[in-house]
Amino acid sequence: MRSLIRVSAWNNRKVRVKPDAAHPVSLMVTEPPVWKRAGRSLLRAKWPILALVILGVVAFMAVFAPSIAPKDPNRQSLVERLIEPMKANENGEIVYFLGTDGLGRDLWSRIIYGAQVSLAVGVMAVMVGGLMGTTLGVLAGYRGGLLDDIIMRLADIQLAFPFILLAIMVLVVLGPGVWNLIPVLGIGQWVTYARIARGQTISQREKEYVEAARCIGANDRRIMLRAILPNVLAPLIVIASFNVASAILAEASLSFLGLGVPPTVPTWGGILNESRDQILAGKWWPALFPGLAIMFTVLSLNILGDWLRDFLDPRLRGR
Amino acid sequence: MPCPYLWNTYRMMLRYITRRLLQSLLVILGVTLLTFLTLHLAGDPTYLYVSERASQEEIEATRKKLGFDQPLPVQYVNFLSGLARGDLGMSIRSRKPALDLVLERLPATLELTIFAMIISTTIAIPIGIISATKRGTGLDGGIMLLAMFGQSIPSFWLGIMLLLSVGLQLKLLPISGHVAVLDPMLKGDISTGLTNLPDALRYLIMPGVTIGLFSLSRNARLVRSSMLEVLSQDYVTTARSKGLSERVVIMKHAFRNALIPVVTMLGLEFGFLLSGVVVTETVFSWPGVGRLVTNAITQRDIPVVQASVVLFSFLFITLNLLVDLIYAQLDPRIRLE
Repeated sequence: MRSLIRVSAWNNRKVRVKPDAAHPVSLMVTEPPVWKRAGRSLLRAKWPILALVILGVVAFMAVFAPSIAPKDPNRQSLVERLIEPMKANENGEIVYFLGTDGLGRDLWSRIIYGAQVSLAVGVMAVMVGGLMGTTLGVLAGYRGGLLDDIIMRLADIQLAFPFILLAIMVLVVLGPGVWNLIPVLGIGQWVTYARIARGQTISQREKEYVEAARCIGANDRRIMLRAILPNVLAPLIVIASFNVASAILAEASLSFLGLGVPPTVPTWGGILNESRDQILAGKWWPALFPGLAIMFTVLSLNILGDWLRDFLDPRLRGR
Repeated sequence: MPCPYLWNTYRMMLRYITRRLLQSLLVILGVTLLTFLTLHLAGDPTYLYVSERASQEEIEATRKKLGFDQPLPVQYVNFLSGLARGDLGMSIRSRKPALDLVLERLPATLELTIFAMIISTTIAIPIGIISATKRGTGLDGGIMLLAMFGQSIPSFWLGIMLLLSVGLQLKLLPISGHVAVLDPMLKGDISTGLTNLPDALRYLIMPGVTIGLFSLSRNARLVRSSMLEVLSQDYVTTARSKGLSERVVIMKHAFRNALIPVVTMLGLEFGFLLSGVVVTETVFSWPGVGRLVTNAITQRDIPVVQASVVLFSFLFITLNLLVDLIYAQLDPRIRLE
């Protein structure tokens, strides 16, 4: 059944095999839609499900932060500074589940609110980078020539020096802030998408279906968007899931350096930054919990990315 | 040339080197242009150099002194010619040449980076091989899960946690401090450097592990997957069916080829570790460029930040060039591209 070979992960919902000399029987194979197959594959695997649950919880925390958080994350209370986690007050009740920080703010509420910035920055940075990289990559691959050269040289320049340094430089000049951070992190990632999109486009450009689209009068824009893009998207989505993880890590590092977002906005990296003064005094909780939050979020994204890669490209399974 | 074929390879190699050199030059130009333009992102950069209470005359004077009143292309040419003379401006805080400040701190940073690189490669390779040969077992699963964790831990947080547990609670290793190894060596005093080494290691371990863990985990996964790829090749099956011992098959036939993607990563890896240094040095009060940069950030000492960025990128570009050239020498397929 040579004609039943899968072409890519998504466009194989229905595979029709016309009868010919080799296969005298007409076949119509219907595969379940991609989300159904994804769901089944997820259910079979243990870790990705756990990862998805963790991410769901973090996303829930971020969206409903105002109703979940027991306290105002910025309410300071100097008499309640550095209360240990799970410590009961004189009435025997635990007010601060994860303790308080050096300014007497509730650590649990700050971590809940911190999820907002971490997730938003991670996702939006990937959207900026992915959109930019995919557009430039498909254009470079499809058009070729001078445009291709220029885009790829730009990519080389960017790859040739450690990006975090340029990010530091830009943020020192522009000052901290979410709206400076997102484009900086996004631009830091475009090269990966562009290179892969370009490679994939070059390999798709000469295929029959592109030619067919051209024959029925589709213009370049339509060919790129409707014919090529859906077929180059799979590996890009895998990269995107890993890149959300690395954007969250980068945001945390930059916030840790005081370059991420202004200190009034609680973020995981920012809470860690503020915990630095307490570490040498042996106060471990303001440093432990936001770090755990970052670690489990990033870990979940990485596990999910791994699963996604296996799912979209079965040849790589277990590698 | 006695052999025309050999002559041909020489010419190929020469052409490759020239092309690669030109490319690096282009990249260096691009990097300088980017760092230059970054300064102008927020408009007139003069305000980055004066205090907030500066009077209008002071601002004017600074603008004139730093040449920000001239058109952009002229400023860029001046920036380049300064760069060629090793002049990247004066530090705003200490009134010393910014480049000197950075160069002074460079040996300590290189020590840390090299140490982290040694950790991340020497441990990753055996781990990856074991994982690949024991594929599907609990050991493999455990190693890969740990590697997954290693790639998800923010390095500075790992540093803080090590500092708290190993340093403050268990008191096994010093929480900060530094014994110079590379600095005396670079100044020509190799024996002092070597006698300092055992002492220096105690200080290097925690920050080194902090920076290296991410790369260690990534490399272990990379070695594993590239070993698996190679082990499924026909020539490995041939080697096995010849009756070679599994040890010989893995070490002689598979491992060498599996190493190629890892070697490719090494150049990029160094740059990656260098940028990890910035945050980690802050955690361990390591007297390197990273801490200089963080301090410069809080003091808004732009020339120092700029000098570090330029120096790091130059280092990175040179290193990548070297790795590529060595690589082309080793693997003829590269230069034929």
